[in-house]
This record gives sequence, C-alpha cells and structure tokens, in this order.
Amino acid sequence: MGDNPSRSENATAGDLGVTGRHARGAGTGVSPSSYEEPPFGGGGALPKKTRFGMEAGFKGLSVAAGAMVLVIIVAIAVFLISKAVPAINADTENFLTFNQWFPNETQPRFGIAVLAFGTVLTSIIALLVAVPIALGIALFLSHYAPKRLATPLGFVIDLLAAVPSVVFGLWGRDVFMEPVRNFSAWLNEYFGWIPIFGGDGPFGRSVLLGSLVLAIMVLPIVTSLSREVFMQTPGMNEEAALALGATKWEMVRTAVLPYGKPGVIAAVMLGLGRALGETIALALTLGVVFNISFNIIENGGNSIAANIANAFGEANETGRGALIASGLVLFAITLVVNMAARAIIYRRREFRDSAA
Amino acid sequence: MSLLERESSGVVMTTDNIRSQKLHVGLNIGIAAAALVVGLALAYGFGIGNYVLGVVLGVVIYLIGLQIVAGRIEGRRAARDRMWKTLIYAACVLAILPLASVVWTLISKGAGRLDGNFFGSSMNNIGARDPEGGAYHAIIGTLEQVGIATLMAVPLGVLGAIYLVEYGRGKFATTVRFFVDVMTGIPSIVAGLFILSFWVLIVSPWFNNGTPRFSGFAASLALTVLMLPTIVRSTEEMLRLVPGPLREGAYALGVPQWKTILKVVVPTALPGIVTGIMLAVARAAGETAPVLLVAGGAAAINFDPFAGGQQSLSLFVYQQAGDASRYAPARAWTAALTLVAIVLVLTVAAKLLARRNSLSK
Repeated sequence: MGDNPSRSENATAGDLGVTGRHARGAGTGVSPSSYEEPPFGGGGALPKKTRFGMEAGFKGLSVAAGAMVLVIIVAIAVFLISKAVPAINADTENFLTFNQWFPNETQPRFGIAVLAFGTVLTSIIALLVAVPIALGIALFLSHYAPKRLATPLGFVIDLLAAVPSVVFGLWGRDVFMEPVRNFSAWLNEYFGWIPIFGGDGPFGRSVLLGSLVLAIMVLPIVTSLSREVFMQTPGMNEEAALALGATKWEMVRTAVLPYGKPGVIAAVMLGLGRALGETIALALTLGVVFNISFNIIENGGNSIAANIANAFGEANETGRGALIASGLVLFAITLVVNMAARAIIYRRREFRDSAA
Repeated sequence: MSLLERESSGVVMTTDNIRSQKLHVGLNIGIAAAALVVGLALAYGFGIGNYVLGVVLGVVIYLIGLQIVAGRIEGRRAARDRMWKTLIYAACVLAILPLASVVWTLISKGAGRLDGNFFGSSMNNIGARDPEGGAYHAIIGTLEQVGIATLMAVPLGVLGAIYLVEYGRGKFATTVRFFVDVMTGIPSIVAGLFILSFWVLIVSPWFNNGTPRFSGFAASLALTVLMLPTIVRSTEEMLRLVPGPLREGAYALGVPQWKTILKVVVPTALPGIVTGIMLAVARAAGETAPVLLVAGGAAAINFDPFAGGQQSLSLFVYQQAGDASRYAPARAWTAALTLVAIVLVLTVAAKLLARRNSLSK
C-alpha cells in the first residue's frame, strides 16, 4: 500500500537509535558470569537464560496486562450477576415478560419487556435511517469526491464521532424536537392510516426523535469503517470493470460493493452495538412511557440504558439491583452483537488490522 | 454473438446503441430548477406542507426527470449512473445539515454564559432563581477523573498491546485479541454498572465504615474500563507497523528482548501510540453515563477524588439539562461548548500528530 519508502526511512532512523543505545545499554545486560555452561554450537557469547531476570519479569507483566482484559470481561459478568440475582429473586412478577417498572416498592414489580423492546426498536429505526446515508457518504469519500474535498470531509466525519453523546442529546431536546414535532404532525395528518404514524398526539418526545438523534450518532462510525473497506478494494478489480465499459456506478456495484460486503456488515453491526448501548442522548429525548407500542411519533418510548440513567437517582437497594439486572441484559445483547460482528471481520482477515 | 445481444442488449455495442452525446450541464441545471419549482408548487398549491416538503418533492421529481431526459440523450446505463451519483451527493448534504446545526447551536447558545463567573465558580448555594453559577467544580472533576483513568489505562493498555504483538502466540493471544475487540463495544453504562456493583457497593464500604461511597476515583475506574480496549487496539496497530528488521538488528547486537521492546520498538511507534491515547482520552472526557452512576455528582468544589461526590463536565451538562431553573439551559449549553472544545482540541491535536507520524501511511 505504498508504505515502502517510509519503511526504509524509518529503518535507517531506527538503526542509529539501536547502535546508540546499544553502546550504553547492552553491555550491562550481558554479564560475563554467564559463560559457565557453553551451549552446543557457536552460541558461547549469548547470555544464559536466567529464570527470574528482567526478561521473564517483563514478559510476565505484559502477559498479565493482556490477561487483564479477559479478567475484566469475566468480572463484569460476575459482579453484575451477583447484584442482579437478589433483585430478580425479590421480583414478584416475571422479569422477562412483565412490562412495568416498580422496583422500589415493598412488593417489587418490574420486568424488562418494554425496555428491551424500546432498545431494539430505536436502534433498528436508527440503523434504517443511518446505514443508507452512511454508505452514500462512504462511497462519496472513497470513490466520488475529489481528493481535496475527501480528506477534510473525512476529517469532519471523524470529529463528528468524537462529539460527546450528551451534546447530541441536548441538541435533540432543545433544537431538533421542534422540526421533528412538525414532521410528526404532518405524517400523522396524511399517513395517519398507517398504524406507526397513528395516534392523536402529543408528538415530539417520541421514538422517532430518539431514533433520529441515534442515527446521527451512529452515522460517523458506520461511515468511517465502510470507507476504510471501500478504499481497500483492489485497484485491479476497479480498473477491470471500467475497462469492460462499466459506468462508474456499475463499477461500484460490481467491484466495490461485493468486495466490501463483509466489512460493511461488520460496520453496521458495530453501529448497532453502539446504538443499543447509547444512554444519555436517549434519556434526554425519549418520552419515558412504559408500554409496548409500534407508534413511533407519539410521545413515548424507553430503552434499557435510558431507563438506568433516569431511574438511578431515586432507586433503593432493590431498585439498583433491578437496574443492574437490566444492564446485564443489555450487556448480553451487545456482547452477542459485537461478537458476531467481530467473527465476520475475523473471517476476512484482510480487514482485521484496519477495520476497528 | 446474437445470443449475447439478446441476453444483454445494453452491454454489447451496436451502431444503434453507441451514444456519444453528453447531457449538457445547462440542461441538467434547467431540470433541477424546473423540478424545484414544480415541487414547491405542489407543496404550496395543495397546501400539504411547507418549503421542506417542496424541496424533498423537488429532489424526487429531479431524479425522475433526469432519468427520463438523460436516458433519451445518453442511454439507460448512463442515466442510472447519474441518478446514483446524485443520490450519493445528496446523502452527503443530508449528513452535513445536522452537524452544521449542532455546531451553530453550540456556538450561539453556548456563548451566552461564556464569562469569568462560569469558569471561576461552582454551583454551591446556587438556587433556582440565581442566574450565576458555573462549572469550575465540574472542570476540576473531569480533569482529575480523566487524568487518573489515563494513569491507569495507559500502562495496562500499552503492556497489553506489547503482549499481543511481541509475545502473543497461539490460542490465548487470539482469545485476548478477540475480547479486546469485543470489549471496545461494551456500552459505557454497563461499565458504569460494573464499577457500581464492584467498587461502590462492595469494595468502597471496606474503607468507609460499611456504607457505599461514591467518588471521582470510581468514575476513573469506569473510564479505565472504557479506555483500555481502545488503547490496546491503537497501540497494537502502531507496534505492528514497526519494521521487523529493527528488532532483528537489536537482537543481532545481543540486546535482550525486553530491552529491544522498550528502547527500540516502543520509541519508534511512540507518536502513533500517543495519538491513540489522546483519542481515547478525548472519548473518555465526553462520557456521561458511567460518571452519573458512580461519581455521585456534587454542587460544590471537591478536589479529593477519593472521598465524596464529584462532578464532571458531561454530568454537569446532563444535570443542568434536567434542571427546572430558567437559567439552567444557558449553563448546560456553555458547559457543552466547553466540553466539545476540550474534546475537539484533543482530537484535532491527535490527528495532526498522526499526520506527522512517518510510520503510518
């Protein structure tokens, strides 16, 4: 990929560093006392392998740091379960199917059904909106835009990914709600016969608002990952398509999209993982109503993460346990989605090093 | 030949379907203008919507009109090419609009409270009727929490990446690498719940006479969980870019492996590693959910991250957003502007550093 010149540049730069440091450092590492047992062959000058030297110590340290990741994942599961189980035992209703949330009463009654439904609904609508647009931008950046425009625009998209979610939530609530309310009223007037646009208001703090804000937030992730994959399309394939007389779009459709398909699927699933776990933006934009409804424009909607943020303040001990139990469900869902996405990426090894 | 012609008549060139004419730019603009006028006329004429609907209808009519006219002049395939090109450009414009709106709102609404009082005072003793009050305590909290989290996550993350690149072989390394990737996708609220159940509810009572204690340090722990996989991933990528001959050169001179790693490999990759760390720090500074669960939040200035509730800038934004005081939105927006400024400065600095990094492409 054209990095050969820079490699050789660095090789020379690094060589100087090695010799410079070697003159000071390496002599102390090779102690003369290690000559006692000359090994077979000509390796007499090599230092003897010591059992508890810096080498073993450093290696052990780095192995421990690597293992720490596994420890944390297991610890998350263990501690969430340990706090969730007492709360679920105290629950007087079925945790999986009950659709209200009253964990702070003397007879705690709560269930995950509404929250899980809301989480999945908002995420899916967000992806339905975001993915086509994200793929369009990714194609624009990788194949359509002139390079002078593509570089700054890609930079801007990356910056968009860095904007904290609380800012999007605040913007969604203070600015975006008004146009969405008008749009909802319009949809209701002319398409009210479709159940999802039905109801008689009030509109605004709805699933639609939350999903659109969520869509804006997952857009940069899906865009930058898909762009990476599209840019990796072998130039040969593209040129072959063009040489056969394909128009630009036909080239994209026959060479770029099939090649990028696994990467795009993985990008979409990573975006889904992000959307499922999004907390603050949804806590600020959803209308917190506990019922299962496909109506997306009336005030309402809730999600697991938003409910944790909203209900945490007044939760007692069982209430906390109940929220932790709902967090455990969220953890399980995102874990499955992420593992599936990673498994797809890993099957196509080429993407492993860039698509993260 | 005849079979091929029948199967895909548009592909094989015959004297009938070779077209050299191009759609004139003026004609293209003309179609666009006409479509816009028709769209607006439909929207207002029937009274079914405002200018937004008019523009949307205009775009749809433009696409149809372009398809018909370009299809006549250039052929079906070229017309389809034009349609997709238009759609792709439209996607870009559509994505820029909300971004522009966010930036504009941040600046216009955030500038209102951008004064010395905001950066010099806390929310202590600020009632619902007081227009003053600032985010000094929140800025302190963010800096301390993110600082401590960085101190914990960087050594762990860099060592983990060193393991993956330099030592990791076989099944265990593959497992670790896989779960680092999976861990990148853990929702921040789950990290917050983990620290809540592990540190705040189980460990902290040991130091606090049996009652759970919310603290800035707990928030640092949660941020560490979130930063760790990001740092491991970016450092791993950078270490992999270090050319093998550099290591071999060091080994050939008798330098032990740990010293080769510390004195040759890591210094070579350092700019890239720092870039990754800065991006992780920027992301952590913007996290609200974990801080909300474990730091407690406080109205007063608290310099001690180990005792008592602590505020953070993002949590301050969230709390002010939910506050009923009529002065709260102004404080929320100014704090949001400050937060975005911090995050963007870090991100832009990291990207500029990455651009000067000769290892990466």
